[in-house]
Amino acid sequence: MAVTVVFIGKLADLAGEEERKVPAPLTWSGMAGVLGAGITEAAADERTKIAVNGQVLADKTALDAGDGDEVALLPPVSGG
Amino acid sequence: MAITVDLLDAPFNPGRFVGPFTDAHPGLGGVCTFVGEVRSDDDTVEALELLHYERMTRPGMEDLAAQAAERFELMGLLMVHRGGVMHPGEPIVLVSACARHRRGAIDAVDFAMDHLKSRSWFWKREKRAGEWHWIEPREQDYSDLARWGD
Repeated sequence: MAVTVVFIGKLADLAGEEERKVPAPLTWSGMAGVLGAGITEAAADERTKIAVNGQVLADKTALDAGDGDEVALLPPVSGG
Repeated sequence: MAITVDLLDAPFNPGRFVGPFTDAHPGLGGVCTFVGEVRSDDDTVEALELLHYERMTRPGMEDLAAQAAERFELMGLLMVHRGGVMHPGEPIVLVSACARHRRGAIDAVDFAMDHLKSRSWFWKREKRAGEWHWIEPREQDYSDLARWGD
């Protein structure tokens, strides 16, 4: 079963797509094997945040997404 | 207290929002409105695009609006943000606050704009010479935010 990973902004450029289904569970330590080194390196940038089902993780390394969860990789914001 | 938050994907006329908004708050002491537009003084920017993440962007704007309304004891707050591709001269964001006294209205708009710039879920890129470039917040945006101590 699957976890949906959403790539936003420059991370979508890097991933070559805006969304990808990956096998559950998706954990921090398993990320490189599933999403590749480039994405994992960008996710590790201290300014990149990770949200699960719309909630930002206080500690990215605690990522543990299960079947049906949506994980978003969020680069630094710039609105207004 | 009325809060209106909107996320639009097409050009809008700020006056068409602000008129009804102020009309809906009889007895207000002050209304303060800010409209941010795509700058046209730098003709190297051909277009600007704002992305958002629906699942977080709208709820985040609603939280911000509620915080501002409570903190500054507003009678009403209107917050409208564009998404999608925009061109110089088009409005990007509109924040309007009405309150019994001017200070609350002015400060609420300032507070909301500082938070929209660097703590809301939007991602901006500019097109220059036919190529898109992602824009990241400037130091100034973070120091503007720090003024509010939250």
